[in-house]
Amino acid sequence: MIEVDRLTVRFGGVTSLDGMSVTFGAGTCGLIGPNGAGKTTFFNVLSGFVRPVTGTVRAFGEDLLSMVHYRRARWGVRRTFQTEQAIEELSVFDNVAMVHEHARLNGASRRRDVLGAISFVGLGADPSATVGTLAAGERRLLEVARAVVGRPKLVLLDEPAAGLPDEETRHLAEVIRAIPGHTGALAILVDHDMSLVSACCETTAVLDFGKLIAAGPTAGVLRDEQVIRAYLGTAEVS
Amino acid sequence: MLDIAGRTAAARQRSPLRRPGRRALIRAGVVVVLFLFVLLALPQLLSLYYIDAMTQVVVYSVVTLGLGVLVGRVGLVSLGQVAVLAIGAWVAARLLFATTQPYPLVLLEAGVITMVLGTLIGLPALRLRGLYLALITLMLAGAITVVLTTTNFPNGGHGLLGYNGATVHIPAIRRPAIAESDPAYYRYAVVVAALMFLLVLAHIRTRPGRAWAAIRQSEPAALAAGINTWLYKLWAFALVSFITGVAGGVLAGAVHYLYSINFPTQDSITLLAVVLMGGAYSLWGAVIAALLLQLLPALLNNWGVSADWLTILFGIGVLQVLLTAPRGLADQVPKDLARLGRLLRRRIRRPAPPEGDPA
Repeated sequence: MIEVDRLTVRFGGVTSLDGMSVTFGAGTCGLIGPNGAGKTTFFNVLSGFVRPVTGTVRAFGEDLLSMVHYRRARWGVRRTFQTEQAIEELSVFDNVAMVHEHARLNGASRRRDVLGAISFVGLGADPSATVGTLAAGERRLLEVARAVVGRPKLVLLDEPAAGLPDEETRHLAEVIRAIPGHTGALAILVDHDMSLVSACCETTAVLDFGKLIAAGPTAGVLRDEQVIRAYLGTAEVS
Repeated sequence: MLDIAGRTAAARQRSPLRRPGRRALIRAGVVVVLFLFVLLALPQLLSLYYIDAMTQVVVYSVVTLGLGVLVGRVGLVSLGQVAVLAIGAWVAARLLFATTQPYPLVLLEAGVITMVLGTLIGLPALRLRGLYLALITLMLAGAITVVLTTTNFPNGGHGLLGYNGATVHIPAIRRPAIAESDPAYYRYAVVVAALMFLLVLAHIRTRPGRAWAAIRQSEPAALAAGINTWLYKLWAFALVSFITGVAGGVLAGAVHYLYSINFPTQDSITLLAVVLMGGAYSLWGAVIAALLLQLLPALLNNWGVSADWLTILFGIGVLQVLLTAPRGLADQVPKDLARLGRLLRRRIRRPAPPEGDPA
């Protein structure tokens, strides 16, 4: 469980997050909002790349913000990036093993854990292949594999389906839905694809201009008038 | 999830992950044969003049290897490596005059002391990258050159600095007893350099190598993977300073007499140029870079051509590498190097490329 309390982030005169208070319970939770609403900023706060002005984040009872950024992965915060960040020079295996070896996990089970994560995301590529040879969709899956290897507690997915064709998005949705059951982690999904969010998330929170405007069961949130106005103008939710 | 299960089975069938294939064995065989040729046969074939030149190539291959690691593997551009080499040479010379310690021990100590100082030079890298780091390291190298010019290299004198300006008969820096002659010392240098290459290889193929690859591509991604980027950047500087310091120690014995004029600051820029030309991304690139840097001038001198022409040749070479990189080495040459290349070209006083240059 992640409890966010009155989180405020400012960049110069711009307030990216404005007193955001929300609780993410369990399973896969959605986080949506228009461009610039503060979704990625929120992820960057959880990753430790951005220091909030005020506010606290308690993750499974621990004060997340007091942890040094690189230690958070060891503790269990994992993420994917809006622009996919598979390490090109390394092999598929090494990309995932890299996370495992820095998470202070048992080295003896590394090979099994890494191959397990690669097959969990359904990445068909040869584990010894260099990432430079992979297609865009495969790189996305590899990033997800990095996020689920070992014992993650919190998996942050920042627009993992951006730019993917429908078929690969459907496959990704299955993987994302399976993450909490497979790893025991809480997953937070940021995406603009409402069908992906509806397919993956039981609950969803909505940000608009750094403020939380709605949170609750996904279907209800997506029907909320205020959300439709803020996020989609006056158009219908498909 | 049927799809996933199906692919899982397929993935399991492919087990020969990380088992050396036939290609890797052939490659290893070629390396061993080449190494034995360089170690045993080459000094038999060459004149003393070229043996001396090849000893320099061997020493500088370790220096270019170090810079290649920084630039190619970690993405940190240092323009202070010749100063680091000078520190290693200074420390080794001081120890060789002051003590009767065995040579390997002196090399090790020179490496360790240079490692400490070189890591300090690397401290700005925690905050800076690219052009700014290059400038800072260049300034530090300049400062070290100034200090070395004032203190001079040890020449058998007493005190901490070991320099005696009144000495008429300057004693030569000693060599190991087993490698007094030039061919023997060349072989000694080859063995030391091979050990340094193996040390670097052991880093690149394991945990630090993976961490460096992540840092070079994206620091946020590295942090998100749990990599302590500060630690691994300093680790890179420590490793590179160590091997460069050891190379400095080997250099001290090779030349017998050291002068600060042999380590001009601008040589660090030429060093980067040849590393870029040789290829910062492979260990072979380091060897090619060292051949360009040390064998070419020896050849030109022998033919009666001024080695100053090489500055122009290296300028063209760097230009060519940077221009063709987007096509040939597209996934490997970071933007930092292109920016640095522009600085280099300005430094070598070639006319600036026209606007909209793809480099």
